[in-house]
Amino acid sequence: MYRYDDFDRAFLEERVAQFRDQVARRLAGDLNEDEFKPLRLMNGLYLQLHAYMLRIAIPYGTLSSLQMRRLAEVAQRWDRGYGHFTTRQNIQLNWIRLEDAPDIIAALAEVDMHGIQTSGNCIRNVTADQYAGVAADEIEDPRIWAEILRQWSTNHPEFSFLPRKFKIAVTGAELDRAAIRVHDIGLRMCRAPDGSTGFEVVVGGGLGRTPLIGKTIRDFLPKDDLLGYLEAVMRVYNALGRRDNLYKARVKILVHDIGAERMAAMVDEEFQAIQAEGGVALDPVLVARIQDHFAPPAYAPAPEGPPEVLALERADPAFARWRATNTAAHREPGYVIVNLSLKPHGRPPGDATSGEMRAVADMADRWSLGEIRVAHEQNLVLPHVRQADLPDLWRAAAAIGFATPNIGHLTDIIACPGMDYCALATARSIPIAERLADRFKNLDRLHDIGPFRINISGCINACGHHHVGHVGLLGVDKNGEEFYQITLGGSAEEDTAIGRIVGPAVSSADVVDAIERLVETYVDIREAGETFLETCRRVGNAPFKESIYAAA
Amino acid sequence: MTGQIVTANRLTDGVVVFLTPAAGWSDAVAEAALFDTASAAEGLAKGQADVARHIVVGAYLVDAEPGPAGPVPVEFRERIRARGPTVGVRGAFDVPAAFDAPAEV
Repeated sequence: MYRYDDFDRAFLEERVAQFRDQVARRLAGDLNEDEFKPLRLMNGLYLQLHAYMLRIAIPYGTLSSLQMRRLAEVAQRWDRGYGHFTTRQNIQLNWIRLEDAPDIIAALAEVDMHGIQTSGNCIRNVTADQYAGVAADEIEDPRIWAEILRQWSTNHPEFSFLPRKFKIAVTGAELDRAAIRVHDIGLRMCRAPDGSTGFEVVVGGGLGRTPLIGKTIRDFLPKDDLLGYLEAVMRVYNALGRRDNLYKARVKILVHDIGAERMAAMVDEEFQAIQAEGGVALDPVLVARIQDHFAPPAYAPAPEGPPEVLALERADPAFARWRATNTAAHREPGYVIVNLSLKPHGRPPGDATSGEMRAVADMADRWSLGEIRVAHEQNLVLPHVRQADLPDLWRAAAAIGFATPNIGHLTDIIACPGMDYCALATARSIPIAERLADRFKNLDRLHDIGPFRINISGCINACGHHHVGHVGLLGVDKNGEEFYQITLGGSAEEDTAIGRIVGPAVSSADVVDAIERLVETYVDIREAGETFLETCRRVGNAPFKESIYAAA
Repeated sequence: MTGQIVTANRLTDGVVVFLTPAAGWSDAVAEAALFDTASAAEGLAKGQADVARHIVVGAYLVDAEPGPAGPVPVEFRERIRARGPTVGVRGAFDVPAAFDAPAEV
């Protein structure tokens, strides 16, 4: 993984010193809130429903055991002993004191972490496939390019005052695990006929109040052109993006208004101009250095399908189920990718206590070469596990409650913090997630239902990605009561689709029963081997609508 | 009789606070001063004065009803703000058992 050099560290130390001074001036009354707010937001410090909230960037979702331990320590020493992993592969701490904030960001800087560009109208943390570098279906590790984009976009003077926030996601794999088509820019690594690798460039995706699927404006972009081309996209957006209306300011509105072809033509024109001026040079030495950071680790030889693991699978159905659900194929023989489910029964999705973070760091050191990933589904991933270590790892994960075999299943719910924590929310998300998890806690039933994604957002801003849930729930306020609008048929993968609203919003009291009736209907009408999403696409919303609104 | 209370976040630690009858700030909503229609603007002005003095951030008025132990915000969102999240995190953070969330099935 990437390690900061002296330049990165000096930059961060400067930022910490600056912020310390800014906080001191604020506490002394030399800065008022209007002056201070943009400065704290530049460091990821929000003022939320209950207190200050710190959003810490985890670039492309990769962190070391050392960094995870530091997060645990920060949460324990300066917060309430837990953190929330988000759909942006970041972590949020909810109970920060302003007085402590400088010490906190200093402690994070010691392990190359910060909250820079986790807020504001700039290019935010670049997200990536959580299996990057280890996925069996990967062409190339996309994090090399995510890191290049991180360095290019950090404090980029031309893109520090965009019309609105800007999110980029990158994948190097066949299967889209990074939801690239619902980002402002999505990059998918692909191969040209001559075998060289480059990017499909998708622009103008996004969720929120106007959900739109991104459009491909370039089928194949050679890697050397990446920065010049993205600079061109950003320039077109910076010039034409709607600065007059907050709700129409994202690049998706521009692409939707002028069309993908026009967008592509304008970007091309700008790109040619950039090239004519000498282009945005990618120093090959720098690229090579970053590539070295992401060179595959020296894997010790490990047996493929070790007999003791196969024996345990035969002897223990619980282990067999966990292995089938929570692990994924690794590019290296004898190795496997392990998902730790942060969706244990009776807990807010994506939350982890300091003790659990430390336990995960220990597991990573012992079984995953000290490396951890955050998935946008709000789970953690151990990317370098020997198959032979699966039984021990499974027991260790189970000991902290992170071995629920529910990855990609109904109780692997994505949920934003909702009105329990968020100043923007119109309804709560977490209690609905918890009640659904309770209703569907029977694992036999969960696995009979099969792949099933429920995403919950507590407001129209869609941090819980409800539009792309197979079932999406959007919390709305109806005369002071919490109601939930249900959408069906969404997907965040390569078959990206925006779910369709079924009908009137359902009350908080009824919503879990309504979902259960919907699930029962699916189980009744599905064809052999058909997932919920496939059934939904075959039959449409009608049968589900009927069951949702059936008198209980 | 619905009245209004003044709420803000304390500058130093972000904690949700309420203007008290003594014109101080308390993190207990029950200790909030309940203003009637005639005096609400005056209460808000006191809150704003403490914003200007860098004691609190973002003072505003919230509808509240008198309760047996003191004022209770009318809006659910404001009740959550006053009382904390309705969900805990096992092993880290417990919810006050008395949370009067809407009855759940």
